[in-house]
Amino acid sequence: MKAAPRVQIIDYRLGNVFSIQQACRCAGIDAFVSDSSETLHEVDGLILPGVGAFGNAMASLQQLNLIEPLCDAVAQGKPLMGICLGMQLLFDQSEEFGVHQGLGLLGGQICRIPDQMLAERKLRVPNVGWSEIHFCDRRESEEVLMGIPDGSSMYFVHSYFAQPTDASDGLTTTVYGEIRYCSSVLRNTILGVQFHPEKSADLGLQFYRNWAQGL
Amino acid sequence: MPLPVVRIIPRLDIKGPNLVKGIHLEGLRVLGTPEDYAQHYYEMGADELIYQDVVASLYERNSLHEFISRTAREIFVPLTVGGGLRTLEDISAALAVGADKVSINTAAIRNPELIEQAALQFGSSTIVVAIEAICQPDGSYLAYTDNGREHTGVDAVQWARKAEQLGAGEIIATSVDREGTGDGFDLALTQEIAREVSIPVIAHGGPGCVEQVADVVRAANIDAVAIASIFHYEAVSKMHSSHLGAEEGNTEFLKSGRTSKAITPASIDQLKQHLVGQSIPCRMRAGG
Repeated sequence: MKAAPRVQIIDYRLGNVFSIQQACRCAGIDAFVSDSSETLHEVDGLILPGVGAFGNAMASLQQLNLIEPLCDAVAQGKPLMGICLGMQLLFDQSEEFGVHQGLGLLGGQICRIPDQMLAERKLRVPNVGWSEIHFCDRRESEEVLMGIPDGSSMYFVHSYFAQPTDASDGLTTTVYGEIRYCSSVLRNTILGVQFHPEKSADLGLQFYRNWAQGL
Repeated sequence: MPLPVVRIIPRLDIKGPNLVKGIHLEGLRVLGTPEDYAQHYYEMGADELIYQDVVASLYERNSLHEFISRTAREIFVPLTVGGGLRTLEDISAALAVGADKVSINTAAIRNPELIEQAALQFGSSTIVVAIEAICQPDGSYLAYTDNGREHTGVDAVQWARKAEQLGAGEIIATSVDREGTGDGFDLALTQEIAREVSIPVIAHGGPGCVEQVADVVRAANIDAVAIASIFHYEAVSKMHSSHLGAEEGNTEFLKSGRTSKAITPASIDQLKQHLVGQSIPCRMRAGG
């Protein structure tokens, strides 16, 4: 049996990583939480979590001197999964509370969910709850989606969403009111999910297991 | 164009080692061990869970930590924890043992800045403000604290708006008048609060059958319902045998095997199937 992949959950003081650790344990991932830039190159994979505001997150990563080492590790092919805000940080920039530069690992912008009316009701922002993920064209056979039916429900909490420059980065889309947005991306070893697989019951855990398979 | 999915959230009121259920947040009956119910509801397709320590605020203690950390290892849907959280340190401690969100009521009314500070430190999506409302003779609603015991003089609807402005991520709107009665949600209260804020609103207090859950979803622009009695009285038969040894609290109900007359029990699946039949979208369990 293959040894459990070792994964660093990048600690930059934002967000709660308890459930990510538990999901990793269930998926057979040997995960640890650290803000060390030295271990980034030694592990089998990286998880970039995140709850809160984009600008604060980038400032915190900057303060911990993690931006360059993280981008270097990913450039050298280190698998990275960004979750929620951690997905948004992968892109060029965000319009959340002013324009902020992101990590620039993927081309694209982070935009606010527009105000919408639906059946005479104002749609809530943030969007909190379960929404379906739909596979993008020609992505249905990706390893990370194995055992997860097209249209599965995942748990989301967000006010912003990603618009990748290169549409072929899109892995799944999700509908909220009248908009269909990119709810996950996969480009080579860079994976980003707007939803929280660690809060999405069995199918979310399946997502972790699939990711672990590729490490 | 599909409407967003309504979240179905079993609410577990916890007193010491027991899951309890009262009426108007008082007169608590012991129903079993909260672990059994939490795990059962997770397996049955709960969209989230709420744990409420119903005596923490009264005795100024917080005893849920061990229970949170035990269950959070096995439950992979969001957990909201409330009861007796008074400071940023209390919130931080609850999150560290596995809560995803915290709900605050008493402390937030005493010190509204707590909402602002907590939203800043932990993110708005982590901070749920619980509003326990009681209808007044003039039809307005006032917010109460300490499980509906303490009068605050704060208008419940205005308080919802203020909580949003301070950075709350969601509101739980509880009707103390209806809680535990089976008379249905307080539709006017729920409508008023849901209209007043643009953050998600969770309706709580009163439903005795699945039809009344559909009623509140149709009547008010809510995002979720927190449900105790309907689910607990359905699940209790499955829990009964494991808890006959209870030594603390009012266990007469458990021993008698009676169910409450005002409540028509239903499982999570039965409720969701009913809602879907009424064109109210729900997340159905994978393979269920």
